[in-house]
Amino acid sequence: MVNKLVVENLKHRPIRTFLTVAAIGLQVTMILTLVGLSDGTIEDSARRTRGVGADILVRPPASSAIGLSTAPIPQKMLEVLQRQPHVGLVTGTVEHATGGLFERVTGVDFDAFNRMSGGLKFLDGGLPQADNEIVVDDYYARQHKLHVGDTYSLINTSWKVSGVFEAGKGSRVFMRLNVLQDKIANPGRLSVIYVKADDAKNIPAVLAELKALLPDNPIFTLEEFLSQISASSIGLLKSFTNVVIGLSIVFGFLVVFLSMYTAVLERTREIGILKALGASPAYIVGILMRETIFLGLIGSLFGILLTYGTRFVIMSFPASLTQKIVPDWWPISTGIALVGAMLGALYPGLKAARQDAIEALTYE
Amino acid sequence: MSEPIISIRNLKKIYHVGDVDVNALRGVDLDIERGEFMCIVGHSGSGKSTLFNILGGLTPPTSGTVTINGKDLRGMTEAERTNLRKTEIGFIFQKYNLLPTLTASDNISIARSIAGRGENADPQFAEILKLLGISHRLNHKPRALSGGEQQRVAIARALVNHPSILLADEPTGNLDTENSNIVLGLMRDLNERLGQTIVMITHNPEAAAYGHSITHMRDGSIVG
Repeated sequence: MVNKLVVENLKHRPIRTFLTVAAIGLQVTMILTLVGLSDGTIEDSARRTRGVGADILVRPPASSAIGLSTAPIPQKMLEVLQRQPHVGLVTGTVEHATGGLFERVTGVDFDAFNRMSGGLKFLDGGLPQADNEIVVDDYYARQHKLHVGDTYSLINTSWKVSGVFEAGKGSRVFMRLNVLQDKIANPGRLSVIYVKADDAKNIPAVLAELKALLPDNPIFTLEEFLSQISASSIGLLKSFTNVVIGLSIVFGFLVVFLSMYTAVLERTREIGILKALGASPAYIVGILMRETIFLGLIGSLFGILLTYGTRFVIMSFPASLTQKIVPDWWPISTGIALVGAMLGALYPGLKAARQDAIEALTYE
Repeated sequence: MSEPIISIRNLKKIYHVGDVDVNALRGVDLDIERGEFMCIVGHSGSGKSTLFNILGGLTPPTSGTVTINGKDLRGMTEAERTNLRKTEIGFIFQKYNLLPTLTASDNISIARSIAGRGENADPQFAEILKLLGISHRLNHKPRALSGGEQQRVAIARALVNHPSILLADEPTGNLDTENSNIVLGLMRDLNERLGQTIVMITHNPEAAAYGHSITHMRDGSIVG
């Protein structure tokens, strides 16, 4: 019966119910989008790094695992590394940020890069045949609406798209190594060196050799590097996520507080009737709490569904961001929404419970 | 003679309005017998509504004793008075006071739910519904019911938990003559057929004539 009363109360004020549900939904979407975005982008980055096929990465001195560095590693270092025992393949890349968040272009020696990575799998077109050509992955092509033969502006220059390849091999945009080096006025320099051991069992030995040879350079196995980028990113994002969660709780609290406070004022007479019928304060608080939980659950469901919408928008937006759907976070974000909502309903609930029955019954 | 179902001795109620004390009841003594249909008549400000609120456990007395079905209201906590309303008292109000979002049937059921009696009414209550003549209107919400029908639903709600006492505050105040007569006739029927004790507050002498006895109040005291 109480549930019926709760549902009827919510149906009685459809606009207020909708707005409250929408606000709680936005709160949940905010959390799920942020978490999905950070998880998605990190996972995508890790997947693409793995796609290069290297066992070991050599980064410039004083660089961190994440973030783009300039290109301070001398290119001739490739020959030195190639001569080390148990080193199978070596290739270097130069990376340059292109303005957008997480957007970069990578210069590669296509022959060496393809040997290490197994080759770019072209969905359309092929490798650059001239210095003014670039190749892009299908994700980038879709976001930027690019096709083979199109011209595209990057680093203040127009480039022709010679091929669209399947995503998953390091960068989303490649051009010839020397072309990018010249373009950024850093000839003969590299941002990262990728090393592949002649045999997987020799990776530790190669790692030790390289560390001895280049003591100032951060050198990681692929797995170390991947754990570093996720650890660094999560460490960075965790604080941000916590801030968003905190704001969500405050947001949910305020929305539900306002909604329930108005509801209590509107239902003063009804509360008086319930009291006259013998409803205890706990019974009345219980009605409001059930109403709040109902709103919280429907709002959370709405928020979860809305996350698919934000993913669609973000994936369509040319920013090289990847949003993952994070079902693990559905109960967490629902819990957060419920906590905020119930805190918001507490004061109106107590106000209703304390209402004087006689005054309430005479309320017009 | 059996013990009165309501016994009031030297009942006083003082309201504090700002810095002023208002003596709403000035030492009321009254006995109401089980099965009686008593009407308390008085003009506005006579104290009859205050008496109604105290008998209904909606407000505590300032002093004096009120015993309802053997339970002394003096010193009762809020929770105890809430429990009294659940078990001993059924209310009928001038403005019906039905919950607007619920159907007539649900308005009756919620009173059972609050009393913790489950939602299915007993066979005796079916007879009451028949007597009230609202069985065919139970699925309608209050806005779809006439004033007379709403008041009959309110009576059904008041009786669903078989209270010892039915308290009615100007039950015909919002009704036309025809519906007033129907409602008052039903109350008399309930009293005569089921032995329901009824205390009705009214300022209308014609309505008061439906009761067994009439008590007049003026300025917070019983005057006859």
